[in-house]
Parts: sequence; C-alpha cells; structure tokens
Amino acid sequence: MEALTLLQWIFDTLTGLGLWWLAWRALASPQLFRAVVLFVAFGLLMALAWVRLDAPDIALAEVAIGAGLTGALLLAALARLTAAEKAQNVADQSGKRKYTVRTSRWLPAALLSVVAAGLAYSVLSFPPSSAGLSVEVAANLDISGVSNPVTAVLLNFRGYDTLLEMLVLLLALLGVWSLGGLSPPRAAPAGLVLDTLTRVLTPVLILVAAYLLWVGGHAPGGAFQAGSVLAAAGVLLLLAGWRPHPGMTQLPLRLVVVAGPGLFLVAALFTIVMGRHLLEYPPERARILIVILETAAALSIGTTLAALFLGERPRDKERP
Amino acid sequence: MTPSDYVAAALLILGAVFFLAGTVGLLRFPDVYTRLHALTKSDNVGLGLMVAGLAVQAEPWFVVGKLLLIWPLVLLAGASVAHLIAKGAMQRGVQMWRR
Repeated sequence: MEALTLLQWIFDTLTGLGLWWLAWRALASPQLFRAVVLFVAFGLLMALAWVRLDAPDIALAEVAIGAGLTGALLLAALARLTAAEKAQNVADQSGKRKYTVRTSRWLPAALLSVVAAGLAYSVLSFPPSSAGLSVEVAANLDISGVSNPVTAVLLNFRGYDTLLEMLVLLLALLGVWSLGGLSPPRAAPAGLVLDTLTRVLTPVLILVAAYLLWVGGHAPGGAFQAGSVLAAAGVLLLLAGWRPHPGMTQLPLRLVVVAGPGLFLVAALFTIVMGRHLLEYPPERARILIVILETAAALSIGTTLAALFLGERPRDKERP
Repeated sequence: MTPSDYVAAALLILGAVFFLAGTVGLLRFPDVYTRLHALTKSDNVGLGLMVAGLAVQAEPWFVVGKLLLIWPLVLLAGASVAHLIAKGAMQRGVQMWRR
C-alpha cells in the first residue's frame, strides 16, 4: 500500500503543477488560438483533479461545460473576431493600429490578488477537521426526493442557487441577442465525414442526455450535465450547417429557453403561497417536482448554450 | 491475485504501452499528418485494451455494457476528427513531409 500512496502523491503533485503551468501558458500566450487550446487542456486536467477529489459531479460539469462548450464558444468568438478584423482592414486601408486603448494591467492584477488573498484566508481559516454540512444533508436525504446528495442540494435544499445560475445563463443569452450585430460566419457545406458523424452522434447524444438527467437522482449526473450534452448535439448540428426552421426560432425557441427558470420561479412562488419557505417542496411530492424542474432546466440549458454558440438572434425570415 | 486480475493487469499495461507509443509519435513525428496518424491509431487500440482490461473486472453486467459503448464512440469521434483536422491542414496548404 505504501507504494500506491506514493504513486498517488506523485500523480496529484504532477496534476497540480500541470494545472498551474497550463493556466499560466493560457494567460501568457500571445496567440489567441493557442490560448484557447490550452484553456481546453486546462479544463480536461481540472476534471481529472475533481475526479481525484472524489467529486465526479463537478468533474462531469467541468469537462462538459468548462472544457467542451466554453472551448467551442471561445473558438466561435475567435473565428468571428478574425472575420471582423479582416472586414475592418478592408474598410480602412490606412494600416493604423486599431486598438490604441491599452488598459493597465495593474488594476486587474491588484483586484485578483485581493480576491486570491481573501480565498486563501477563508480556506486557511477552516476548522482543521470538519464534515461541513454533509452530515445534515445525509440526515435529511430521505425527505429530499432523490438519493444523490449532490442533486438533493442543487435542486432541493439550495434550489435557489440553481435558479440563479439559470437566470445568469438567460441573461448571457439576452446580452448576446441584444448585441446581435455580427452575422455568423458563412457555414461551409459540411463534408461527408462531418455530416455522417453528426447524423450518427445526434441521437446518441440525446439519449445520453436523457440518461444523465434520469441518473442524476441517484448517481452523478443531473440537469447541467444533461443540458451541456444536449448543447453539444446542437453545436455539432450547427457546425454541420443545420439551422433551425424559421417557424421554430421565434416563440417556440423563447419558450424553451425560458421554461427552466420560469418553472423554477413558479415553483418558488407556489411554495411561498402554500405557506412554506422558498422552494421548500412537500416531501411526498419532492421527487416528481425535482424530475419536472430538472427536465425543464436541462432543455433550457441545452438550448441556451447552443443559441449562445449560434450567436446572433434568430430572425423571422418572412418579415423584413 | 486471481487469474482475472492478471488478465486485467496485462491488458491495462499493454494499453498503456500503446498510449505511450502514440504520445511519443505525437511529439517526434515531423508533420501534422503523421502526428495525427500516430495519435489516433494508437489511441484506438490503447483505449480498446484499456476498456477490455476494465471490463474483465467490472461487476454488474451493465457496467461492462457502458464500458463497451465508450470504445466505438471514441473510435468514431477520433477517426472523424483526425480526418477533419487533416482536411483543414490540406486546405490551408500545409505541405506533407518528404524525406
């Protein structure tokens, strides 16, 4: 056993040092494309670190959202940035430097140092050995409606955290839609390989999303993981040149995007009207409520992330 | 150790050898096409051996099923992405390595 713990110690040290190195390289790289690739590698290694910390739920979320979808969003933004820069170069051929405003590096560095010092202080001031709230979560797991403690915390005990996270996602999409100016890069006709891959993978991804959603009740999984897998299917379809039918992009799209946070708000209001605390479900109905809320949340998260990747606000083709 | 432990260990170590060979190829081969070749070929076989090694010891049957589902998905994704990267490199005019 001694040799095994030594090996694990070496592995953990290498993982930690690798994370520092990747983070530094990603921030210091002058080439944006390289920085994005390093960021994705950082996300994958981070997921490995979460697995080593026995947190498979966070590892799944990190790998799906942190590495996968954020990487795709960054690459899409990069492609648009390059297209916009080219267009601007053609427009004014003076060859002047475009970005003359250089913000100081010192202000963000100082602010980040303050945040890091605060985090370090709070981590160091933890009591040396404490079970945290896990004992109370385990004691109340029976009335939560699910047997996975992570889902119990996210959807029941601290449901308002999830509600606020979904509102943040919705706000991000509203921001992108109201900016709306840049048209998406002209989708080249998808090659045979990408087309076939998309056709094979899309149903598989939908099935995996449904599985992750269902399994979240008693094992690692849940709405965010399922939603990001759905969004991955959406990104693949968009990359292969598929665009939603114009009739589906107005009211239906908006309804799906709002469904998750909307149902959450309805549940919150309803529990208050019933004389309970905010999002305090009646224990005998908790299971079915969580399943409904999680399904709506996964659909909304998947659609929102895919719409973020598409970028521009979908327009009605008939109206000018 | 039971015989199944030995089989699993042998398969896992053999898989790790393929991953190591693929990584060496990725680092040492001269251009993007040969690097892709080394990476995807060895990862496909290496992952297959890893999955086989883990499946030998997996307890309930559906865990074996899930493990066996992972391999064809990675095969499909790896082969397709390698093709897409190589095609992208061809279109950008990346020259093939000649001795």
